[in-house]
Amino acid sequence: MSAQLTNIQPRSQPVDIGEEVATFSPEVEAEIDRHIAKYPVRRSAILPLMFIVQRERGYLDAPGVAYLARRLSLRITDIWEVATFYSMLHTKPVGKYHIQICKTLSCKIMGEGKITEHVCNRLGIKPGETTPDGRFTVSLVECLGSCGTGPMFQINFDYHENLTTAKVDSILDFLS
Amino acid sequence: MFIGAIGCEPLQLRRIHLENSRSIDVYRQNGGYEAVRQVLSSKSPDDVINEVKKSALRGRGGAGFPTGMKWSFVPKDSPKPKYVVCNADESEPGTFKDRYLMERDPHLLIEGILIAAYALGARINYIYTRGEYKYLIDIMDQALDEARVAGYLGERILGSDFSCEIYTHSGAGAYICGEETALLSSLEGMRGHPRMKPPFPAVSGLYACPTVVNNVETLTAVPDIMKMGGEAYQKLGTEKSGGTKLWSVSGHVNRPGVYELPMGYDDMEKFIFEDCGGIPNGKKLKAVIPGGSSVYIMRADQISGRDVRMDYEGLVAAGSMVGSGGFIVMDETVDVFESTKNLTEFYKHESCGWCTPCREGTDWLVKVFNRISSGGGRPDDAQLMLDLCDNIEGKSFCPLGDAAAWPIQSAIKRFPEDFKKHLATNGQ
Repeated sequence: MSAQLTNIQPRSQPVDIGEEVATFSPEVEAEIDRHIAKYPVRRSAILPLMFIVQRERGYLDAPGVAYLARRLSLRITDIWEVATFYSMLHTKPVGKYHIQICKTLSCKIMGEGKITEHVCNRLGIKPGETTPDGRFTVSLVECLGSCGTGPMFQINFDYHENLTTAKVDSILDFLS
Repeated sequence: MFIGAIGCEPLQLRRIHLENSRSIDVYRQNGGYEAVRQVLSSKSPDDVINEVKKSALRGRGGAGFPTGMKWSFVPKDSPKPKYVVCNADESEPGTFKDRYLMERDPHLLIEGILIAAYALGARINYIYTRGEYKYLIDIMDQALDEARVAGYLGERILGSDFSCEIYTHSGAGAYICGEETALLSSLEGMRGHPRMKPPFPAVSGLYACPTVVNNVETLTAVPDIMKMGGEAYQKLGTEKSGGTKLWSVSGHVNRPGVYELPMGYDDMEKFIFEDCGGIPNGKKLKAVIPGGSSVYIMRADQISGRDVRMDYEGLVAAGSMVGSGGFIVMDETVDVFESTKNLTEFYKHESCGWCTPCREGTDWLVKVFNRISSGGGRPDDAQLMLDLCDNIEGKSFCPLGDAAAWPIQSAIKRFPEDFKKHLATNGQ
């Protein structure tokens, strides 16, 4: 994309973008380079790069978004329109452990409700909320491809399957 | 969880129980990379495509389109680069087969992509994996590194003129990206919106270049087709549905799992009650969604005593579809109104928002379901939902709209008592 296009300043943004641009260690920069090298068109690396920014900064914050725009020669709005489309990209902070409980049919009929209730009771929060100490966020999500081993949840990227309330307890004890 | 073959020798699942099955050594010790060696030394790209046509292999992602035909649509004289993209965005509720193929036998997928890339003249290829399957992307990256070191990727593979590279790519949580044109939009770094067809991806796909998008299970069938010949592969199944098919079985069965069955396996009732161990806790079978959440739900009496044949034609005749093979079994405790509501919420969440019938229609449907659930049901609500479905089905930009309408239409038709019950108890 031409420099001219990248200079267009959007009129409004969902957040205050500010002037700050995120910086990363040389190792992370090298990882980003490896992803960009996979594609003939730079923009294709947007999702892998967003995961890296999210991993390093917790979520896609304004400096992270500004970094992506600069690195991919895109406008801030180009980054934003992609970030808001995908459910795994966070534009707000999430807890250190993001508990994503599958609520779709197979898990539902195998007892998702009990698991959700148990997790929420233990943590004292409702789905969509984060504990005050910022450690846990609970979300109800759609099918995670674990239907034969439901009910299940994913904590960050780890699958926990064939859940029982006892198993949930031992997982949460371990993380608390 | 059970993983294995019933009614045939395991083909795609042949190596899945071996120790270290994901390592290149175990793969090679068990016949791995022989197909690509044979193809590169003795077959032309056209030979490969013809062999796949003979195999009657049909796309395993859900649509069931003949794979050989799809490949033959790629223009040979195009000066543009060509791409093979593996669709590993497995997101159809009830489906989890690709996950185990990639987890346990990643080199089989690599070999399948290599053969497809050779047949189509593709130099750069991608495996688009759903973002939640991060651990599978790591497994695939490791397998790709092994393959690169062993000379199966890169320049002049195995001394031939064929050069090829495969990269993994991560999605980020969007069911719609399993639709091939939406997947390509996503791979180009855009929102995952589907595109108008035609032009089909075979002519204008990734970066407006000729592209073939195939499901993991489709591509992992290709090495065996090369080894045994298209005809022998076809004969494992039926005339129009060649080979074997993986079924992901979940819900109320004693033995959920991934089952490899020959296409045309002769009896769905036997499959549920014998192979999958029947229904737990002495409960009765109520309903089955045989091909992933998008297909028509079946009543128990459409299955029991009916000799339902498990292949594309057999399931259509029985009133449903093979789809992705996501086989969800529900016992008598399930309320089909609730299960349909659950799926409709899924489609509402996953509708990409690109076209009005799907975006607005799924939202309205969920509103109607919620109103009924909260006690405000009206006697004509079933008809209202059918009218809404009618305004989505066939009128949306991509098949997601149809996929949202079909479960509701079939549920209202086949389980009217479950809907009536909710409307009646609401005192209207």
